[in-house]
Amino acid sequence: MASAESARAEAKRPLSPHLQIYRWTWTMAMSIFHRATAIVLYVGTVFLAFWLVSLASGAEAYASAAWFFGSPVGYLLLFAYTWALMHHMLGGVRHFVWDFGRGFEPSQRFLLAKLTLAGSIGLTLVIWIVALIAR
Amino acid sequence: MATRNSIRTPLARAKGLGASGGGTDHFWHHRITAVSNLLLMLPFVVIVALVAGRPHAEAVAIVSHPLAAIVLSLFVVSITIHMRLGMQIVIEDYVHGKGAKIAAVIANTFFAIAIGAASLFAILKVGFGFGPLL
Repeated sequence: MASAESARAEAKRPLSPHLQIYRWTWTMAMSIFHRATAIVLYVGTVFLAFWLVSLASGAEAYASAAWFFGSPVGYLLLFAYTWALMHHMLGGVRHFVWDFGRGFEPSQRFLLAKLTLAGSIGLTLVIWIVALIAR
Repeated sequence: MATRNSIRTPLARAKGLGASGGGTDHFWHHRITAVSNLLLMLPFVVIVALVAGRPHAEAVAIVSHPLAAIVLSLFVVSITIHMRLGMQIVIEDYVHGKGAKIAAVIANTFFAIAIGAASLFAILKVGFGFGPLL
């Protein structure tokens, strides 16, 4: 009986600690965001190619692409893509800082992580406000 | 003759390619394209924002400007190389079966080249083909 219980307890024990085990930290979150935005940007290049090819295909093809990007879904997609682009860009800058051997102290790491998120949101808003005002 | 404290052969040391067979090229090219992505980001965003919402003729006029076409071409080349290298790291982290890993890495390369070729062709066609004629 006791051995069966201990066997069950053993089976429940996490054999390979993963994300759900660890306490979330800013640096961990921004590391995950960096890879997640990378994958979003990767898939999103399909839309970049679609936009450029439609432009090269003539007025009719471009009109349907423009309709898609001008729709609410298109705007949402472009807004999210802008943020992913800015976040991955700033995350890359953060990696450059680390590549030069700086910014590894805990306080610096957390500051850089927070700046990455705040900066990406700020830059995204600036781009959209400027683009919409300049329209 | 100097004594060796490593099981690596002198030839392997001289080549400096390590276990991957590719040396530090992957890492280094990832960083180089990160720099070029960073430099091209502002002009890319400006061009897209300028083109957005305009009818075809005006969009073509902007993209066919040599400066815009060159910047867009460089950006497309830079990001497709960068994303191919990046996605290969993700694949190597998460895909463990040897066959599946090789297949995924090849598919990744094909995807990056397809996106790059289609985008480049489109930019060049707009740059050469329409422009002032329209």
